[in-house]
Amino acid sequence: MTALDGASHDADATLAVARGGGVRRRSALLSRDHGLAWLFLLPSLAIFAIFILYPLVQSFVLSTHGSDIFGNSSRFVGLKHFREMFSDSGFYKVLGTTAMFTVMTVIPGVLGALALVLLMESRIRGIRIFRSAFALPFAFSAASASVIFAVIYNPAVGIANGMLAHFGTKPVGWLTDPKWVLLSVVVVQVWMTLGYNVLVLSAGVAAIPGDIIEAARLDGATGWRLHRSVVMPLLSPQLFFLTVVSTINSLQAFASIRILAPEGGPGGKAMTLVYAIYNKGFENGNSDLGTASAYAIVLLFIVLVLTAIQFGVLERKVFYR
Amino acid sequence: MSALVKDRIAKVLVYLVLIIAALAVVFPVYYALAGSIMPTRDLIKAPPALVPSGIHPGNFADVFHAIPLGRQYLNSVVVAGIITVAQVLTSLLAAYAFVFLPMKWRKAVFGLFLATLMIPWEAIIIPNYKTISNAHLANTYFALVLPFLASAFGTFMLRQSFLQFPMELRDAAKIDGSGHLRFLWRVVVPVSRPTIAAIAVYSFLSAWNQYFWPLLVTDDPKMQTLQLGMSQLNNSESADPRLILAGVACSVLPTLLLVVFGQKFIVKGLTSGAVK
Repeated sequence: MTALDGASHDADATLAVARGGGVRRRSALLSRDHGLAWLFLLPSLAIFAIFILYPLVQSFVLSTHGSDIFGNSSRFVGLKHFREMFSDSGFYKVLGTTAMFTVMTVIPGVLGALALVLLMESRIRGIRIFRSAFALPFAFSAASASVIFAVIYNPAVGIANGMLAHFGTKPVGWLTDPKWVLLSVVVVQVWMTLGYNVLVLSAGVAAIPGDIIEAARLDGATGWRLHRSVVMPLLSPQLFFLTVVSTINSLQAFASIRILAPEGGPGGKAMTLVYAIYNKGFENGNSDLGTASAYAIVLLFIVLVLTAIQFGVLERKVFYR
Repeated sequence: MSALVKDRIAKVLVYLVLIIAALAVVFPVYYALAGSIMPTRDLIKAPPALVPSGIHPGNFADVFHAIPLGRQYLNSVVVAGIITVAQVLTSLLAAYAFVFLPMKWRKAVFGLFLATLMIPWEAIIIPNYKTISNAHLANTYFALVLPFLASAFGTFMLRQSFLQFPMELRDAAKIDGSGHLRFLWRVVVPVSRPTIAAIAVYSFLSAWNQYFWPLLVTDDPKMQTLQLGMSQLNNSESADPRLILAGVACSVLPTLLLVVFGQKFIVKGLTSGAVK
């Protein structure tokens, strides 16, 4: 308390000076509260300044500087990293992989969860068991989910190929075949996000007033019709929220790729933008922090644009009660 | 076909789809738990066993010998615990300032808080790594917790909840000379307990699940968190599925119990941003 009082007195004095004196009791109290407000904000502002704002500026600085083998930045090189990046076909491959990965995870993740939640709405018994089952993957971190699937995908002893052998199908190199690796990571990502999506959509369905559904039923709406014209529009805030969150999550997926497809997998088929930042800057003793920073700025730009588009344009089409 | 029969068929189909989907979703969870107690012969025969032929608790002892899993468990608990407590405290103070205290540039500063939410952490991870390594903090708890001691999300959620307080209560803060810290602690915190709990769950799980940042700032196995240590079991040349699954089962048990027994609590904590 004393430390707080002392600090706010200082702020008090500064404010009083700034206002040209005239310190009456009321305004003194108020201005002390002004100081207190900044004091209360200080811890958060300090953390944001050091670990968000400063690095934000520093990203641009790093991307315009070279770096030595230890990752220390060296001389100013201007837009060299960006020029190289934009003329490198590898960069466009990374962008394409990122887009594919995002679309392949977001659409099945959101629509799959929606289908499950709508099915669970059919007033049948045992719904609670199903709901708990679908929520289970939520307990898994990206790392633990990926490690389990790494065992399942194991080419020699994995259960995935074991099942295929059961049906007389040839084994698949889930993580070693360039044709399969991205899809294998996508499956893990969808599995991980499904639990959360189901939780959010179930909560959304539970929040729909029962009389709206009843009124629709009385009007003769049943089954698919009821879902399409009544339930889904009322779920649009949750669907919108999930699309935004899943897209940004997929763009940021890292642990699953690092564990299942290190170095971006065979042929770099699973090298997404976030993974490329790690790959250029850190993986296998790489330390090209300049190029990695240029990739990071592209990621920053994409996420900001997506956020802006999604909140600015799409929000108008969402049905809000 | 009568409506009744149609209805029956529809119900059976719904069950069928749900059961198949549930089996697909639950299988990896089952396999991690069942596999963690399987003897080696179950895991390496072709095709691998689906049901353990016997219970081998020795897998757990072996994995704790293979890597410092106990220490890594402790690291994760300490790191996630510190981050959770710190985020709740700094968010409480910041949200209190935004709602209860007079201040200049309130809108601008709050806008700044919201803006930080839009910055993807991975895009600024390189300069942050340099900050930590230049300060010689690699392989310390400081490195693991410092960037996460404040939370714009927590501040935002608490501010929303404070704004719903009745006006009289908010005015009481201004009139009451007993001090803002006491008012915060005695009145505001007890009333907003559900929101605080939700933020705490969210902070803890996010911190617990971190992977990229700990990977950059720790390489000493004794300072690594559970997520890293456990996934290292898979990377090593002699990857033994028996140890891997035992490691995963250990690491996932607390959150699994939380999801099974505290689902209501979690739903509230993690969907509060989605459901108004």
